[in-house]
Amino acid sequence: MFNGLSVSSILLLMALGLAITFGLMGVINMAHGELMMLGSYTAYVMQNAFLRQFGDQGFSGYFAVALPVSFFVAGSVGLLLERTLIRRLYGRPLETLLATWGVSLILQQTMRQAFGANNVDVRSPQWLTGRWQVSAGLEFPHLRLFIIFFTAAAVALIYLLLFRTNVGLKIRAVTQNRDMSACLGVPTAKVDAYTFALGSGLAGVAGCILSLMGSVGPTTGQNYIVDAFMVVVLGGVGKLAGAIAGGLGIGECNTLFESFSTATMGKVIVFTLVILFLQWKPSGLFPSRNRSLD
Amino acid sequence: MPNISSWKDWLLFGAIFAVLMFAAPAALSDFRLNLLGKFLALAILALGIDLIWGYTGMLSLGHGVFFGIGGYCMAMYLKLQVGAAGTYQTDLPDFMTWNGLTELPWFWKPMHHFSIAMLSAILAPALCATLLGLLTFRSRVQGVYFAIITQALALVASLLLIGQQPYTGGTNGITDYKAILGFDLADNSVQKGLYIATVLALGVSYVFCRWIVRSRLGKVLGAIRDAENRLRFLGYDPVGFKVFVFAISGALAGLAGALFVPQVGIISPSNVGIVPSIEMVIWVAVGGRGTLSGAILGTVLVNAARSGFSEQFPAFWLYFLGSLFISVVLFFPDGVIGALRYARDGFEKLARRKRSAVAEFEEVI
Repeated sequence: MFNGLSVSSILLLMALGLAITFGLMGVINMAHGELMMLGSYTAYVMQNAFLRQFGDQGFSGYFAVALPVSFFVAGSVGLLLERTLIRRLYGRPLETLLATWGVSLILQQTMRQAFGANNVDVRSPQWLTGRWQVSAGLEFPHLRLFIIFFTAAAVALIYLLLFRTNVGLKIRAVTQNRDMSACLGVPTAKVDAYTFALGSGLAGVAGCILSLMGSVGPTTGQNYIVDAFMVVVLGGVGKLAGAIAGGLGIGECNTLFESFSTATMGKVIVFTLVILFLQWKPSGLFPSRNRSLD
Repeated sequence: MPNISSWKDWLLFGAIFAVLMFAAPAALSDFRLNLLGKFLALAILALGIDLIWGYTGMLSLGHGVFFGIGGYCMAMYLKLQVGAAGTYQTDLPDFMTWNGLTELPWFWKPMHHFSIAMLSAILAPALCATLLGLLTFRSRVQGVYFAIITQALALVASLLLIGQQPYTGGTNGITDYKAILGFDLADNSVQKGLYIATVLALGVSYVFCRWIVRSRLGKVLGAIRDAENRLRFLGYDPVGFKVFVFAISGALAGLAGALFVPQVGIISPSNVGIVPSIEMVIWVAVGGRGTLSGAILGTVLVNAARSGFSEQFPAFWLYFLGSLFISVVLFFPDGVIGALRYARDGFEKLARRKRSAVAEFEEVI
């Protein structure tokens, strides 16, 4: 159960940015995984910088710096991407898919040339390496606890941003009815750009956190992308609550099936279930209602 | 009704076919011919992708799976042909011996026969596509969601192939063949024969696809692409058409796989997963979606570029491929064929203007 929760929160973290760019804006960003990878490499660079600067003692602080920096790095790459490429392709999802796949290939190769083809490791800061002993035989690694709480906090923040602030109001207005918002004076192009940057920045943060879970390589991003899309599709495109439910569902199922078969078989079963589930509810757990056809 | 332009088309088709069939084997070195044969096998698959994406508007990112099923069927046959001549002098394929299997799994057994292997290489992907198609199209999963589901299929298939090592050879795939139908695969003339077979298969597939897209069925497919809901309101049920064309497309991919494997000598999960599947789409996009000749041309061009790059500067291949994805989408949505057509129309317009200018000038005089 706890393991499932931990896997779920990782999935949710990965899917959170996608829930915004894909769910709200309808942009299929295949480079989303690569934006996560950028976040992971940011963590790696920060770690090395801190090691050089402060030695082994002070290096633990790097992570607090890496989080906002990775948000900024991935966010600005996302902003650039939106301004130059995705802007021209709104309303043509399949074309967006192919073009952003091209971007992902370029980002991968850039990272490969910058950091080498081999995976690099990011060491967890000391305050995350411990375990919390609840009772004999039951202990929670700090790292996993941290990820669960961080995800919860991130979801809460995004929720507040979308539903309790002026910016969030504009974002929702533009995604619901672009023409009407434009008529009422919302700068839609600007809102699009910042929404996309927000989603990309979240991908960077997710990557930064994920770097603690395993090593980072140029193709790391690719492994996440299908999972993240599945979470959003299962949950229902356009709903934040859907992404949360989707992440929880897939995470728990994954852990459950892995426990009585192998890891790959677990994944196979989960994907099959998702496809079968979409038979029953084609628009996911929390479908967004609208009357338009096509 | 054969009009002049279609006569011209057939003449061009015949000429290209003859060049590939007779001139290429004579002119190219064995290595280049083998490469070309490989590209032409892949072009059969591209025809299938064009049929569902270019003509019907469904983007499948899972065609590597159908290609893989075809390829693995052929590979199983080829591997069983090795027989006791293998590394361990047993009738079992070598990787099964490593993995401690003592008996041939049931689904390997019929693959002793070439005809069964070849038939299942085409029918198994078609069946698989039919099943997936029925599941997705009936619940009206469309567009991007279809793309994502097929991509998940590609991921699942490659995970399965890697995970079930005793039955599939795992990450290494199935390789190290000796003979096909009793002919030695290392022999150049046998490879030449495979090349000829590929050209023939491509020719037949091309004519078949052309027949589909020019028929009334082709019109319905175009309608599905352009306005599926309107078609539904007019009383058509698009599900059957979509499943049918998806199955045909899968069968073509399987045929491509079966022709690809003996020429290349290996099939592995790296031909099946997400990355190769999406790359297949770009072949069609480069050539020009919605034109059959574009699919073939694009496949040959991109793959030739790939082998050129990997011979000279391997590091830049991904940059090139990435920019290809972006620039095709942004600047050449109709690919090479579209650009050629555009240029031709431009020239014609220019010529017409010139002619009318000359006429005007003469009138003035």
